[in-house]
Amino acid sequence: MSGSTIIFYLLAALTLVNAVLAVTTRMIFRAAIYLLFSLIGIAGIYFWLQYEFIAAVQIVVYVGGIVVLIIFSIFLTQQAGEQLPKQKLGRQLFAALAAFCGLALVMLRLAQHDFITTGNKAIEPTVANIGNQMLGVDDNGYALPFEVVSILLLAALIGCIVIALKSKPETT
Amino acid sequence: MLMSVELILNSVNLNFIAFNKYLWYDRLDGVFFTIFIIAIAAAEAAVAIAIIINLYRSHKSIDVEDAEEMKY
Repeated sequence: MSGSTIIFYLLAALTLVNAVLAVTTRMIFRAAIYLLFSLIGIAGIYFWLQYEFIAAVQIVVYVGGIVVLIIFSIFLTQQAGEQLPKQKLGRQLFAALAAFCGLALVMLRLAQHDFITTGNKAIEPTVANIGNQMLGVDDNGYALPFEVVSILLLAALIGCIVIALKSKPETT
Repeated sequence: MLMSVELILNSVNLNFIAFNKYLWYDRLDGVFFTIFIIAIAAAEAAVAIAIIINLYRSHKSIDVEDAEEMKY
């Protein structure tokens, strides 16, 4: 058991335990904090895989953006102290069964698949390589999805502002 | 519910990156998919928060079961 394997198991355990706690706890603010730790665990796994750029993007966008947004919305709607209602036992059992079936399906499929690797040379996921390919317009370029996603972000931003706008008071 | 969707999207991202590193290390496609999924998840979380805040203003509660009528 090398140190690298131990680190991976620790990070995976951190992520999984916090994720399970996030969906089973009854206080909503604690769920947000468990989600925060779970996302940090996933960023740690990205660092362990040596994809530092994705880990940095994950921390900045997910941890520093989305979780902060969730915590803001919990505070703005003043729900931080109350407890969520306890679900019926039938619902809990069904949810656990569904999750377990999903896990069994994925694990069975994984065990039966023979993974073939290619023989080509590895390409390093450095920022220069990612940037060059993302804005490239050749066969492997990703310039079109990049533009589409930026238009999507613009539309989502304008939509959020319109939805959350207070309606103007009636002029008398 | 929002948090469960974030967890699902994160698990998919991890899958993409893992496959990219171990099976297809000569291409960077998994990395791009991951970046786009992160961006789309951020946009979707923002819209969901706006809807929740709007719902709270009219119903004074963010429990999904309290919003029973479809009338605006």
